[in-house]
Amino acid sequence: MELPERFAHGDLDAFEALFRQFQGDVYRWIVRIVRDPGAAEDLTVETFWRTYRARSSFDPAREFGAWARRIATNAAIDYLRSARPMQELPRHLAGPAAPGPEIQEAIQRAFRQLPARLQAVAAMALIEETPYAEIAAALGISVGAVKTREFRAVRLLRKKLKRMGMEP
Amino acid sequence: MTEPNDENLRKLLRMALPPSPETRLERDLWPRMLQRLDQAPAGLSRLDWALAALLPVWFFLFPNAIPGLLYHL
Repeated sequence: MELPERFAHGDLDAFEALFRQFQGDVYRWIVRIVRDPGAAEDLTVETFWRTYRARSSFDPAREFGAWARRIATNAAIDYLRSARPMQELPRHLAGPAAPGPEIQEAIQRAFRQLPARLQAVAAMALIEETPYAEIAAALGISVGAVKTREFRAVRLLRKKLKRMGMEP
Repeated sequence: MTEPNDENLRKLLRMALPPSPETRLERDLWPRMLQRLDQAPAGLSRLDWALAALLPVWFFLFPNAIPGLLYHL
């Protein structure tokens, strides 16, 4: 029996092998969305916990990595939903001094206030420049829907910044 | 879909929130995963909670159902 099939049948050794193989990929993917390495570690464990719980619904013919990435995206969005919008960014993920600390802070605040689904797409598409097809696969939506969310995120960001007295 | 203004906003956004550096996972998370598996609460699902929340409403709307339910418990 192949590894994914053994995993689907609840074999813990197979789960460990898949965990070790994919933990790095899942972690890096989550960091891109939540932009916090500490939270990304917790969410990596959460993601694999969810995969383990859903193992019986996993189709071994599918690619485990893609399935895990989709679950990771949902876990990251759940986290963004529950995280306080004003949480501080880890230092090394905060931007350089330009365009000025106040403006920078306003942009970060506006970004953190975006609804979780839009924030996730904005982080992947606008900041990380992840290909649309990759984002669509991870969210389980069409490329068109990703572009719509990106568009809505930009509009909403502009609106929020305007309210803060900025006209980007 | 992208206007020149949007491009400006993108640039500002990337300056305020630069792309995350290619971060590597610094530790093996398997020990934490094992801990999580050990804790594994029997946990109630959302459906369980939803059904539990519906019970008082059901009893309020159909008080006659209470004896029937108690009989079957």
